[in-house]
Amino acid sequence: MAKVTFITHDGAEHVVEAEFTSVMNAAIDNLVPGIDADCGGECSCATCHVYVDPQWMEAVGPPGEREEEMLDLNPEREANSRLSCQIAITDALDGLTVRVPEFQM
Amino acid sequence: MTEVLYENPDVLNQDPWQLPLEDLNPAQPELFAHDRYGDYFARLREQAPVHYCRDSAFGPYWSITKYLDIKYVNTHNELFSSEPNIVLQDQAEDFKLPMFIAMDPPKHDQQRKEVAAVAGPRNLAALEPTIRGRVCQILDSLPVGEQFDWVDRVSIELTTQMLATLFDFPFDERRKLTRWSDVATAAPMPGGIVESVEQRQSELRECLERFTQLWNERVNAAPGNDLVSMLAHGESTKNMHPMEYLGNLVLLIVGGNDTTRNSISGGVLALNQNPEQYRKLREQPELIPNMVSEMIRWQTPLAYMRRRVLEDTEVGGQTLRAGEKVAMWYVSGNRDPDMFDDPDAFRIDRPNARKHIAFGFGIHRCMGNRVAEMQLRVLWEEILKRFHTVEVVGEPVRVPSSFVKGYLKLPVVLHPV
Repeated sequence: MAKVTFITHDGAEHVVEAEFTSVMNAAIDNLVPGIDADCGGECSCATCHVYVDPQWMEAVGPPGEREEEMLDLNPEREANSRLSCQIAITDALDGLTVRVPEFQM
Repeated sequence: MTEVLYENPDVLNQDPWQLPLEDLNPAQPELFAHDRYGDYFARLREQAPVHYCRDSAFGPYWSITKYLDIKYVNTHNELFSSEPNIVLQDQAEDFKLPMFIAMDPPKHDQQRKEVAAVAGPRNLAALEPTIRGRVCQILDSLPVGEQFDWVDRVSIELTTQMLATLFDFPFDERRKLTRWSDVATAAPMPGGIVESVEQRQSELRECLERFTQLWNERVNAAPGNDLVSMLAHGESTKNMHPMEYLGNLVLLIVGGNDTTRNSISGGVLALNQNPEQYRKLREQPELIPNMVSEMIRWQTPLAYMRRRVLEDTEVGGQTLRAGEKVAMWYVSGNRDPDMFDDPDAFRIDRPNARKHIAFGFGIHRCMGNRVAEMQLRVLWEEILKRFHTVEVVGEPVRVPSSFVKGYLKLPVVLHPV
């Protein structure tokens, strides 16, 4: 079980506990607003975009090749951008904090 | 982006369940003009979800008709190329219009990135008050209690105003954009939108000339937020060949115009065919955002996108050979019963409406999806304040195209709240 904190655009914090799933699914299952996940978790719509807290960047790691392709087309992309469907929750990510953008593209 | 129309009235007398499976050809404009394509796809999904049509006006092609198979082809651009064209019809050798929707990485990515911000969050937030103002103005100008054409007065007017804003195109000339959009996708035929291939090319050259003037005005000015300025200043677009400029203009004009226009018209039709849903909407206006997704699913304003197989590969147990054409039928994926419960039903509270495939998935996913949704949402918020019913009072006239799935006319009468 890992604790993940989502900070939405209005500054609200949503803390969820999850395991054996992706950060995207953890958000959807717990009704965290701001994550659309239109494609259902297949890295092909980029509507589960999050900004990973800089402290956690190393633990989370860089985007994969296909994810990079999708992220690269987003004008709101930053260095700490990831698609949350591509981040698997493990014990190593217990305490992870991500920011949710105002809009998903 | 054009499709030639081959008049074949016999098509309408054929029962798609009785035809030999290998002769089944859904890419026929008549089927769409007369709303008769549904059974073609129902049969294909059931009996041949990855289907080879050996002969058609566009030559042989594969049809992909199940949601998950479409998504697979959509997201494997290393196997399925968008070049040279995203409709089944090939472009004339002497009038080729390169556009980034019909390019593969890396060029696609570079060009798309130059203009993507126009539909990005910052611009979107700034646009909403403008859109709402225009929606109100359009709705307040409509006659109440007498028949008029919803397509012309609302769907076209709203989307064309929006497009003029995104291009910073002279506002009083905006109907030229509508015309060029229609011309770009029209099938040349006597009595049609254009009579001949020559007329189409000559009108599109006029489009290029007008936009070249705008380019010249903006290329030496400071970079602006409009699409022309973005293209003129963009690193990967500033040295485009004129035909490539025209190609990308056609893409942005059609993409920003036809699609939303036809979803606006289709939404009105869907609510009229499902009065219990219209009632639910009046009682629960908070369903509007989900209804917008359901309207886009139900309408699916672009029926398919084409790909070209890059190397022999397998989809759904069938072997597709390098060079072959593939039509990903979004209109069929959005009616796939394995994905959408009772898929032909229009339900404004459908739980997975957002999963529709009308925007496509992968790197070519619709760039203007949020602009489209915003226009539809704001429109319905304002309609509900003014009108109890937008009543459809006659048969819609549908576009004779298997690509642009939409309406030429939709007669309505407004009833006030």
